[in-house]
Amino acid sequence: MTDPPYMSSPDQRGRFGNFGGRFVPEALMPACLELESAFVDAWADSTFVEEYHRVLRDFAGRPTPVTPLERLSDKLGIRLFAKREDLAHTGSHKINNVIGQTLLTKRMGKHRVIAETGAGQHGVATATAAARLGLECTVYMGEVDTVRQVLNVFRMELLGATVVPVTSGSKTLKDAVNEAMREWVTCVEDTHYCLGSVMGPHPFPWMVREFQSIIGHEALRQMREHGVDTPDAVVACVGGGSNAAGIFAGFANTSARLIGVEAAGGAAVVSGSPGVLHGMRSLLIQDEFGQIEEAHSISAGLDYPGIGPEHAHLAEIGRAEYYPIGDEDVLDALALLSELEGIIPALESAHAVAWIAREAGRSLPTGSSVLLNLSGRGDKDVAQVRAMLRGES
Amino acid sequence: MKSLETRLRALRDSGRKALVPYFMGGLTPDWIQHVEAAVHAGADAVEIGIPFSDPMMDGVVIQEAALRALRADTTLDSICADLEALSNSVPLIAMTYFNIFHHYGLERSAGKLQASGVSGAIVPDLALEEADEWIAACDQHDVATVLLVAPSTTPDRVRRLGQATQGFAYASARMAVTGRSGGAGDAARVVQSIREVTTVPTYIGIGISSEEQAKEASGIGDGVIVGSALVQIILDGGGAGEVESFVRSYRAAIDG
Repeated sequence: MTDPPYMSSPDQRGRFGNFGGRFVPEALMPACLELESAFVDAWADSTFVEEYHRVLRDFAGRPTPVTPLERLSDKLGIRLFAKREDLAHTGSHKINNVIGQTLLTKRMGKHRVIAETGAGQHGVATATAAARLGLECTVYMGEVDTVRQVLNVFRMELLGATVVPVTSGSKTLKDAVNEAMREWVTCVEDTHYCLGSVMGPHPFPWMVREFQSIIGHEALRQMREHGVDTPDAVVACVGGGSNAAGIFAGFANTSARLIGVEAAGGAAVVSGSPGVLHGMRSLLIQDEFGQIEEAHSISAGLDYPGIGPEHAHLAEIGRAEYYPIGDEDVLDALALLSELEGIIPALESAHAVAWIAREAGRSLPTGSSVLLNLSGRGDKDVAQVRAMLRGES
Repeated sequence: MKSLETRLRALRDSGRKALVPYFMGGLTPDWIQHVEAAVHAGADAVEIGIPFSDPMMDGVVIQEAALRALRADTTLDSICADLEALSNSVPLIAMTYFNIFHHYGLERSAGKLQASGVSGAIVPDLALEEADEWIAACDQHDVATVLLVAPSTTPDRVRRLGQATQGFAYASARMAVTGRSGGAGDAARVVQSIREVTTVPTYIGIGISSEEQAKEASGIGDGVIVGSALVQIILDGGGAGEVESFVRSYRAAIDG
């Protein structure tokens, strides 16, 4: 492990160690530079920061609580707590980032946002935040995902957004990012690309982590209110990695283990190698020729063949650990949390639950304190889960 | 000065406007014959696309071409092997996304290109700020690194891009990905801004999809790049004969 502080700012080129950077077409460079300068300016402006916090409180329902999971703790022999991002408005942590980015969009004088979405959570959050500020909103969503998450498509439309099904490539999240980037080239003058995770070209990985770090800062304080000065482990699921980055940010400079749980079919840290995609150098799932492979997961939100560059860096320096969880363990974990705690988690978040359930008494010693980031609620997934439990898919 | 730039400067100084068609390597088994047909019909240089799974700067036509080429197991190596059969002598310029070279190794990629007779490379997702290592690798192998200038490029960036580009400057006519028709667009302004900072030849691409648009663009820049309009013909089943007549008609429009 290199020396702290961990999770500080990237370098001038937007690098976290060997990862990150800004690999974008020249047409988008001026917009990335403009965004960086606008974010730096806004984030140092107390008026902006106060408004961001005010909207998170009055509109998004923050702070979200930390809930002691008593029955599950008893079963597993650990002291388990959940940071309840499922209780944030729109049902996941995604709202934190889009509140920040849409306020920034206004501040930059742009009147439209575009976004990519996988499971639909980020798309719904973006449509929500855009509606609140009167911004036009177009969301790019892989055609496969528009079928898997048909209700989220309808939600976005109810919120006044236009949803564009993406039919190129694998028709999932990575292709939605490609299409959003292509669209951004044509409208960069008046449109902000509201990227949904800690990925993409600088300053997105850093900016999105900053907007999500409220999760970790709140949780650190709340854990102390629950009598836990520093949890032994902080566990979050990772696709691009925004909820994990947000909660890790509060604990990176404590003694807590930081654990990211990837979908086994999209495990960029565990099975990937360094590469360049979507504006960043990071760890990617790719073939021997550098062609990006399709991720496969029951959760659309983790169906991404890469990971945010800061996670790749945290893995490389050994500050955070990343482990895969297979689809089969996820449904059990979802049922476990539902039955014992009365909380139906999103399939994404259920990956983190599954890892904790597996490791309790093993790498999470009996009696240890563990903080789970419950990044989203499972309502969006119940139709899919029902079909899977009945063996229909 | 790299050999690509020497040749393209000489071409410009001879008074001839350059016509540069684009082909997707490995799109069909006989793609090399398409390249030869284009040269026969008056192409001055040829861009060779190396397919990538996630072509961020390409529209639907090149996306489809890349997908088909990948399904046919096309790789950097297979394209370079195919190029050995090429008997013509116009400059070849590779175009692909950075991950292909990153994965193959920068030094190894540049060496491979040079050994296959490729004298330039365009990597549209490699921003100038990230390009040092790639340029250094290409410097070892006489591969010119061609940089793009977009309508959104600010004056200070035009200066740095103009100074850094080799072979020619790629002036993007529009704020768009490849394959969106529309003609010369902002090309006049972009070309003028490049010429204020460098004497390197300036070619116009992105948005050129008809003979009229090619003629208009050639009146502005030193050359014209035609990609999607040509690739569409091949996607539709056109062979060397159709390629030859396509290039011939663009040649006539530019020279006329």
